[in-house]
Amino acid sequence: MIDVTDLVVSYGTATALDHVTLSVRQGEMVALLGPNGAGKSTLANTLAGILAPVSGTVRIGGRLALIPEGRQLFPDMSVADNLALGGWRSGQRDPSAVYELLPRLAELAGRRAGVLSGGEQQMVAFGRAMMARPEALVVDELSLGLAPTVTADLAAHLAELNREHGLTVLLIEQNARLAFELCHRAYVLESGRLVAEGESAELAEDPRVASAYLGGAIT
Amino acid sequence: MSAFLSYLLNGLAVGCAIALIASGLVVIHRVTGVVNFAQGTFAVVAGLCASSLLGMGLPHGLSEVAAVLAGAVAGLLTGLAAIGRRGTSPLSALIVTLGVGVLAYAVEIVLWGDQPRSAPGLAGSVTIAGARIQTQHLLVICVTAATFVLIALFFGRTYLGKALTACASNPYAARVVGIDTRRMGLLAFAIGGLLGGLAGVLITPLRPISFDTDVTLIVNGFAAAVFGALTRPVITLIGALLLGVAETMAAGYGYGSHQLEVALGLMILVMIVQASRRSTIHEETV
Ligand SMILES: Nc1ncnc2c1ncn2[C@@H]1O[C@H](COP(=O)(O)OP(=O)(O)OP(=O)(O)O)[C@@H](O)[C@H]1O
Ligand SMILES: [Mg+2]
Repeated sequence: MIDVTDLVVSYGTATALDHVTLSVRQGEMVALLGPNGAGKSTLANTLAGILAPVSGTVRIGGRLALIPEGRQLFPDMSVADNLALGGWRSGQRDPSAVYELLPRLAELAGRRAGVLSGGEQQMVAFGRAMMARPEALVVDELSLGLAPTVTADLAAHLAELNREHGLTVLLIEQNARLAFELCHRAYVLESGRLVAEGESAELAEDPRVASAYLGGAIT
Repeated sequence: MSAFLSYLLNGLAVGCAIALIASGLVVIHRVTGVVNFAQGTFAVVAGLCASSLLGMGLPHGLSEVAAVLAGAVAGLLTGLAAIGRRGTSPLSALIVTLGVGVLAYAVEIVLWGDQPRSAPGLAGSVTIAGARIQTQHLLVICVTAATFVLIALFFGRTYLGKALTACASNPYAARVVGIDTRRMGLLAFAIGGLLGGLAGVLITPLRPISFDTDVTLIVNGFAAAVFGALTRPVITLIGALLLGVAETMAAGYGYGSHQLEVALGLMILVMIVQASRRSTIHEETV
């Protein structure tokens, strides 16, 4: 569903992604880990077509939506309008299907997006992405700044969509524990390069990954 | 007393034209972040077109509509020059709009010469509460009121209007949901051209227009738009009406040569007040 080959993306002269190759198959849920500044958001924006590659190819096999880092809502607009705009590409204006999926959003429909709590905003961002009727979803930092229960709630929705509707997910996360729990496979990006990839279970055992992302292995 | 009333009504008509210019500035700035100094040019192009088309014997209505559309085309062309290339900053786009305004002088002089031209508007006058008001003035006021209502409905209620607002509210997020912000910016420029064109067509029968009338128009329009902080249409409208009335009063009571100074003085005053207010907020939040 998502095929990235030898991708190079740069900001001016600074290279943010350096020959990255990765793929996510249809219906798969894959994690992308990496420290601050590794280039994770750069990859997300390139997949969404907002940034253009310098070289290499990006192939997307269906409609892709992005939940961007930091929610990025339209703060002065109502939740309902935020959702409606999420349907810009798909032509879906009526959010009732998303209300069914995330009933809390129906209660918030009339509120201004900018005054909501972080968790509520992330839910709006989630709903807005689902308005695009995506076949693939890129989530840039689901848990950023959220209480564990809120994160767990959103993660459960994500897992359900993946399991029951075959939604392909690329989950960008700082919280490796959450990422390994949700995704069966993961990539690790550092300074614009892939440094590790594999099954979550294997990676969690890898001492380098464990010490960097799981709060320090005992060794 | 009735002199005062007719100055007031005439002032409101002039204020309406200013408001249309200013609303074009606001629409373009809200969507693209660009201050469009070619806004007066759209009015001049439309006004000159109207005078030519009517001079060629085309009927009223058709001539005016065609002239307003010419304003919209001028807006679109200005937009292409200013933001057509991806990644142009609002500041460099502003400089481009200044350039477009100067270039337009050359084109206008070639096409229409450098003498002021007028166009027949609605003839006659009506008497309201003892004051005689020209029918054209009344037309200007009604058309402006209707336009402001339509703009408010367009931006507040329609999907396309909301998408345009989204571009201003969070351009990155607009691109995340798939809105082509560049195309939306061009659309905003076309709407700005339409509004400027409307102002030009309405004002040409009242005040002959020439290639350099855009300076008066943009100074007044900018003053009103700054009054509304370049984003708020209603306050902009109020500012424009106040300006129109103040200037007409000044002219009526014998200070006619100082109209532009009135506008400039008010604009600078508003800017100083707003700048100091903004820095206070800034200090509070830092
Ligand atoms: N708009 C930009 N202009 C210039 N450089 C940028 C821009 N955005 C990101 N960068 C640089 O590109 C590199 C990768 O940034 P990116 O945002 O992709 O990292 P990230 O992995 O998402 O980090 P974080 O975990 O902090 O979100 C960084 O060195 C960053 O400084
Ligand atoms: Mg990031």
